[in-house]
Amino acid sequence: MRLLDEQAIEHIALGASLLGTGGGGDPHVGKLMALNAIRKHGPVKLVSPSELPDDALIVPSAMMGAPIVIIEKIPNGQEFITAFQGLEGILNKKVYATIPIEAGGVNSMIPIAVAAQLGIPLVDADGMGRAFPELQMVTYHLDGIPASPMVIVDEKGNRVILNTITNNWAEEIARVCTVTMGASVMISLYSMTGRQVKDSGISGIMTFSELIGKAITNARKTNTDPLEDLLDITKGYKLFQGKITDVSRNISGGFNRGLCAISGLDEYTEQSMEIAFQNENLIASKDGTVVASVPDLICIIDVDTLIPVTTETLKFGRRVVVLGIPCVSKWRTPKGIETVGPRYFGYDIDYTPIEKLAAKQEG
Amino acid sequence: MEYRIGIDVGGTNTDAVVVDNSGAIVASIKCPTTTDVFGGINAALHGVLEQLNVKKEAITYAMLGTTHSTNAIVTRKDLLKVGVIRIGKPAGMAIQPMIDWPGDLVTTVSNQVFHVAGGHEFNGKEIFPLDEEALKEAFKAMKGRVEAVAVTSIFSPVSFAHEDRAAALAHEILGDQIPVTLSHEIASIGLLERENAAILNAALNKVARTTALGFKKALENEGVRSAKVYLCQNDGTLMNIDYSIDYPILTIACGPTNSIRGASFLSGCDNALVLDVGGTTSDVGVIRQGFPRESSIAVEIGGVRTNFRMPDLHSLGLGGGSLVKVNGSHVSVGPESVGYRITEEALVFGGSTLTATDIAVRLGLADLGDSSKVAHIPMETAKEAHTVMMDMVQKGIDSMKLTKDPVPLVLVGGGSLLVGNTIEGASEILRPENFSVANALGAAIAQVSGQIERVYSLDSISREKAMEDAKNIATEEAVKAGAAPETVQIVEVDDIPLAYLPGNATRIRVKAVGDLKR
Repeated sequence: MRLLDEQAIEHIALGASLLGTGGGGDPHVGKLMALNAIRKHGPVKLVSPSELPDDALIVPSAMMGAPIVIIEKIPNGQEFITAFQGLEGILNKKVYATIPIEAGGVNSMIPIAVAAQLGIPLVDADGMGRAFPELQMVTYHLDGIPASPMVIVDEKGNRVILNTITNNWAEEIARVCTVTMGASVMISLYSMTGRQVKDSGISGIMTFSELIGKAITNARKTNTDPLEDLLDITKGYKLFQGKITDVSRNISGGFNRGLCAISGLDEYTEQSMEIAFQNENLIASKDGTVVASVPDLICIIDVDTLIPVTTETLKFGRRVVVLGIPCVSKWRTPKGIETVGPRYFGYDIDYTPIEKLAAKQEG
Repeated sequence: MEYRIGIDVGGTNTDAVVVDNSGAIVASIKCPTTTDVFGGINAALHGVLEQLNVKKEAITYAMLGTTHSTNAIVTRKDLLKVGVIRIGKPAGMAIQPMIDWPGDLVTTVSNQVFHVAGGHEFNGKEIFPLDEEALKEAFKAMKGRVEAVAVTSIFSPVSFAHEDRAAALAHEILGDQIPVTLSHEIASIGLLERENAAILNAALNKVARTTALGFKKALENEGVRSAKVYLCQNDGTLMNIDYSIDYPILTIACGPTNSIRGASFLSGCDNALVLDVGGTTSDVGVIRQGFPRESSIAVEIGGVRTNFRMPDLHSLGLGGGSLVKVNGSHVSVGPESVGYRITEEALVFGGSTLTATDIAVRLGLADLGDSSKVAHIPMETAKEAHTVMMDMVQKGIDSMKLTKDPVPLVLVGGGSLLVGNTIEGASEILRPENFSVANALGAAIAQVSGQIERVYSLDSISREKAMEDAKNIATEEAVKAGAAPETVQIVEVDDIPLAYLPGNATRIRVKAVGDLKR
């Protein structure tokens, strides 16, 4: 157990924007919610999964909806009091701790605010090790944990409780509710026991985010080679460096489908990279050859500051570095690939781990 | 013949130019910027008019780009006490207004913050009806404690009815004279950044008034009485002076924009790269359709995050005063520089420091100072140093270019003589006359604009209809700001689908620009 203070939150937010792989929403608003909450209620207790009693009730907290809506319609802050009361009523048990559903973007921060406000511990684990767009895209789902009962709460005080036959149905119904309730809502789902968190969660992810955030912050202060530090910490690969020359987007079914073209600079002169993104970056190809694909992490960062760039702020002329980071091994199982592999997102390619692709590039 | 005066207040110099109908510069001057700002403005105005032999009535427009507002925020001086209203309760309570402001600025600006029920959803539906009673209570509580009011309602860029109603109530209770800033009038989606801008704008009202009246008075003192008076905005367009009192925040950081616009005009290029070489650093910017390409990074003003757009600039540690160090066969240039002390410290001016300017003189690129004082530098060394400098320029230009195709490069700024005559990737190199007063010229030739940003649901109207609607509103806004209707053009269209959201909602941003009505 350790306490998270303002400095830790700043670092985690920065790390989370890298793990967001372009999606997950800008953590800035989530960070301010977390800061607002700990200034009011004091620092948050971060506990590792091994510290949890096996039978304790652990409940994820997250935001669902459009990131652009949450930056305008800031939440009320009381949503999870309503949400957890709903769950406790059904499950007949007190919530012991909260846990993030994803480590990337705004949803890495919401559980910190919730833990501070409710005075409960925050578990140092998540269900993605990055950001993904749909509710069934969690390691909890891979291990057969049901999303239901799921609670959806808006800032107005409306509370919807879903009991669905599959986790995919939870995703579909919840998304419709989200729009009706104002396009940015708070959700709680995949209630688990401490035992289940130990087995299915991705342990240590908040601490990992914090390390990444520290490395990026230091990049702005020191003149050492900060990219090397970042690659060391993440076991990542530098895939490319260049400037964005084209960004095209269209929408279908509520998801951005876009392509970002980058033309090479410095040691990558005369080369080009294309990144296919939906809300997150999904496939990176260099001169027509795939060099990384989902579920591995493809991160675009600013060349000078190393600050991660979200898909919504991809702009012509921006100078960037592209990183590839191996995903957690849970995603590399057949069910994992089926749930979040390239084909699920509509790309007709087989998933190959980034380590192998990198070895091929070098060889 | 009619004339326009353009004045630009920079960190070091205050520049003024007078241009005629055809856009030709007929007079120009550079004066040192003074700490009170007006000293420099008065001197520049007086100096430039002295050079001019025309009737004062022939001066029909006067434009000022100034740092008054920026200085006030940075130094925390002359700021008003602001009553802050956020409409949207129960939404918005999770983050207090001004949460990430520097503490001393919060203390200076506001201790009166109220959350009021109301606000809108992304589709324009009310979150809750506006709680007028709570608003009235808030304004009553502010009586005698605030000098201005800032109102920010959730999704006011989509529907501003609640902000408008709040303004009416503020005037009813706090009096007609109280300055009220409504957030939807100055910034776009992003509640906290828009609210920050609204609060700063309200706090700047007194400074804005002083600036506007001061400029008018300075003109009158010089006998310029019939000119229409404008202030420059950060997007390269103008606001008339009455408008500028209500929206001072929009004048923040107009300098770099004026410089790029001036360079575009001087060179006649609508699409080009601009390299502005100063004493210590150089900036590379991009002209697109005559306007600077904007940066996508959130801009901080005095430690406060806003969503204003600033020109996208790439800075290099190379200027006329950059130190050149020779270590055996290894030559390095910058980033250290003698800066403004160049006229004492450079070798050609009798100093003892080897600078980039000395290298340019040795190679015959520039004719400055006493060239005999650099004759001892081996030609090989000078060439090597120049190669290092050109490499820096080359990299900076490469990083700003969007395609491999060569584009024109416009060179401005006092240090631009360092740059040689061929650069890979530049189709041509233009060195316009009067390049040292590009900023003030940018002010003199500025146009007026109208801008809107809305979220449209493409389930209820077609994309084309939505675009057309947005373009019409932007055009109307430009005409309202003083543009001649037949000259208005749409210069920017941005269309971003809302992520993670079915219902085909899209955010459309349109900017229209036109020439001032004669």
